[in-house]
Amino acid sequence: MADREVKALEEALEKIWEIALRNGLDPFPTRFEIVPATVMYEVGSYALPGRYSHWTFGKAYHRMKTMYDFGLSKIYEVVINTNPSYGFLLETNSLLQNKLVIAHVLGHVDFFKNNVYFSKTNRRMVDEVSAHAQRISEYEFQYGRKVVEQFLDAVLSIEEHIDPNFFIKKYEDESKTKGKNKSPKAGRYDDLFHLEQQAKNKLEAKDKDKNKDKAKKQKEKNPLLPEKDLLYFIMKNSPTLELWQRDIMSMIHQEMEYFVPQMQTKIMNEGWASFWHARIMRELDLSDDEHIEFANLHSSVVSPHKNQLNPYYLGYKIFEDIEKRWDNPTEEERRVFGRKGGEGRAKIFEVRELDNDISFLRNYLTRDLCEELDLFVYELQDDEWTVTEKKWEKVRDTLVGNMTNFGCPYIEVTDDDYNGNRELYLKHRFEGIELDLKYAHKVLEYVQQLWGRTVHLETINDSETTVLHFDGEEHKED
Amino acid sequence: MSVQRNDWSLQRKGIIDQERHKERVRDAIKKNLGSIVSNESIILSDGKKTVKVPMRSLDEYKFRYDHNKKKQVGQGEGNSKVGDVIAREGGQQGQGQGKGQAGNTGGQDFYETEVDIDEIAALIFEDLQLPYLKEKAKQEVPATTTKFTEIRRSGVMANLDKRRSILENIRRNARDVGAAKIGNFKKEDLRFKTWEEDIRHESNAVVIAMMDVSGSMGEFKKYIARSFYFWMVRFLKTKYDNVKIIFISHHTEAKEVNEEQFFTQGESGGTVVSSAYKLALEIIKERFPPKDWNVYPFHFSDGDNYYSDNDEAVRLADELIKTCNLFGYGEIGEEGASSYRRSSGALLSLYKDHLKNKERFIGVRIDDKEDVYPALKEFFGKRGEKV
Repeated sequence: MADREVKALEEALEKIWEIALRNGLDPFPTRFEIVPATVMYEVGSYALPGRYSHWTFGKAYHRMKTMYDFGLSKIYEVVINTNPSYGFLLETNSLLQNKLVIAHVLGHVDFFKNNVYFSKTNRRMVDEVSAHAQRISEYEFQYGRKVVEQFLDAVLSIEEHIDPNFFIKKYEDESKTKGKNKSPKAGRYDDLFHLEQQAKNKLEAKDKDKNKDKAKKQKEKNPLLPEKDLLYFIMKNSPTLELWQRDIMSMIHQEMEYFVPQMQTKIMNEGWASFWHARIMRELDLSDDEHIEFANLHSSVVSPHKNQLNPYYLGYKIFEDIEKRWDNPTEEERRVFGRKGGEGRAKIFEVRELDNDISFLRNYLTRDLCEELDLFVYELQDDEWTVTEKKWEKVRDTLVGNMTNFGCPYIEVTDDDYNGNRELYLKHRFEGIELDLKYAHKVLEYVQQLWGRTVHLETINDSETTVLHFDGEEHKED
Repeated sequence: MSVQRNDWSLQRKGIIDQERHKERVRDAIKKNLGSIVSNESIILSDGKKTVKVPMRSLDEYKFRYDHNKKKQVGQGEGNSKVGDVIAREGGQQGQGQGKGQAGNTGGQDFYETEVDIDEIAALIFEDLQLPYLKEKAKQEVPATTTKFTEIRRSGVMANLDKRRSILENIRRNARDVGAAKIGNFKKEDLRFKTWEEDIRHESNAVVIAMMDVSGSMGEFKKYIARSFYFWMVRFLKTKYDNVKIIFISHHTEAKEVNEEQFFTQGESGGTVVSSAYKLALEIIKERFPPKDWNVYPFHFSDGDNYYSDNDEAVRLADELIKTCNLFGYGEIGEEGASSYRRSSGALLSLYKDHLKNKERFIGVRIDDKEDVYPALKEFFGKRGEKV
């Protein structure tokens, strides 16, 4: 962008901002930064600027940049959910593209600020992650880069397995400690520092117990189980980890707490931003040429790819549909639900505040929409991916099912003293789709590394209950 | 609310971590060298610079669903119906969720990465060295080119350096007249190129590649020999300026052939090993006197020599060893047969028992593609250490 265009963009920004506020959007103050492609892809591959170093980020960066260099794909915008927010604009975008991106980003920022799932989000996460990066690089210095890298490999294999409602636990913990001991500055991970001693005490106590009541085989189960938050549970209870390792796990946990709301609201978030860039751009004074460019760009953003579902498009269509239906309800809707009409705008703002992808789709993906969008369920039959279902309820339920637990298998700790030997027992809460066993084996190796003792995973394979075991040396299965 | 533009030119994080990823790729290659060394796509790469190699250790493992057992939602163009086939397994099929979701790489169970052959070579050669490298009289290669190396103020008009002369002229005008322009050339503006004759010194090595093409040498055995020579020549080229390869194929008679014939020739007849050694000795004597050349004869065979020729073969092998830096012999077994089923009459054991000069002899047995790398290490490994 030439300097002249930057000027023009600044002017446009003021207008866009004003239109957004007039329409009821309520974003954080936002700083836009024009950056070269390399920086764009860097921020894109780390999801936040300044995060710790790891080869997986390098791999993502390399892939994105290569795609860009070959003209295969392009990121138009990256937005950071902090207060103030940051929007990154690509230097090589045209003036109009960047106007649209600004409008789109304001939609995202409004969503970040007002959707309830983001209400506990740390809005100074950029500072936080750079503090993490600092600490991790100190550990690298102290314990060796390879050692830290291998540990991170293991932790990252289960990073998605945290509890999205972790903040509830956090408050419970805090209120408990407040009552009991008044240790100054009780940070949320302070209890870490006594863990080793605690773990030791526990072990010793257990040994004594064992001798005492050998007869009593039925042992008491840990009352905190089952626990869905593998990362947290292992961090707190692993018999082997050192303090710096637990510290790294707590950092990764914090970063995932930050990312989880974004994973839970992808379709809505993109839909909302697309809805608003379309509205705002229509209110903006555009020249004829710009109008055509805008129309092209908008349709490419929200167009379905061949046979694939475009989250931007789906979310966009649903928001439009809600507004329409609440503005002009049918006779039946007026009678049964008491809708008065003309409430479309208010309704979509309510939805953007209260829903996440699952409830959004379950409540607002209607039969008409399914048919209009020509959605279908497909699966592998022999060697062919075949359309197997067109009934709209089935389509909706499959979609919602695939979003459950943001698309990750639901796995929980059910026993931390399996075989009376402090072995870790994980259970896959089976919901109809089987695991990729090859991958499960590999992750089990990582979990074993973190737990330090034999680990087990119960799941269902080929319709039969299967338990995988890994003791650090060989895999068993029964 | 603001639009800003900052200087990001010092931002390097992505590149630094990309380096970490590359390092991982290198580690993975190192771990898999055994299978990569004899990988068809490299050996038959025909001068391509990069090849695709499967890397099993670069996946990011997570608990994930079995992609093939998962139902997904797609979107049609308005006329989809039950029973439509939208993709075949193996091809790219429609993804329900777009970017970043588990299952995106379904169907593909390892990560394939593009690797520079030179990079692989560097890794392979890291552990290798040339045994018995002798300082030979370096050949002075007569100058075939001249190099312009210097600029002078006087010279022949034919060697006038126009660009520099004009520059000098502009400079002088700027100094004298105060305007940087061309014109009013004086003798002091002129600059001339002068040249030197380029005299190079070369160290030379010759590989005498000998291969048994008797009836028992099948496709697999030839492939093994081929991949071995591929790396050997590449390795020698890193150590010597000039590496020549002489190909000799033999059954009962030996013949000097070209590379293509060497690797593709059909096989027939029996085996008389001494014929190849005799020819090799003659060629060395006539064309590659050991005082100027580092000589590396290598011989691949399946070890089934005519019984009556064995004594002669051992005698000539001893001869060869005297003239050369290192004599290598590789005995190639049947594909997949890892046990020694061979009689003690096979050449390898014969050489091991009867050669007088064993120090410069290395014999290995190769039964499998994966054995090529250890064999290379054996031939070019550090002496005195068992590999």
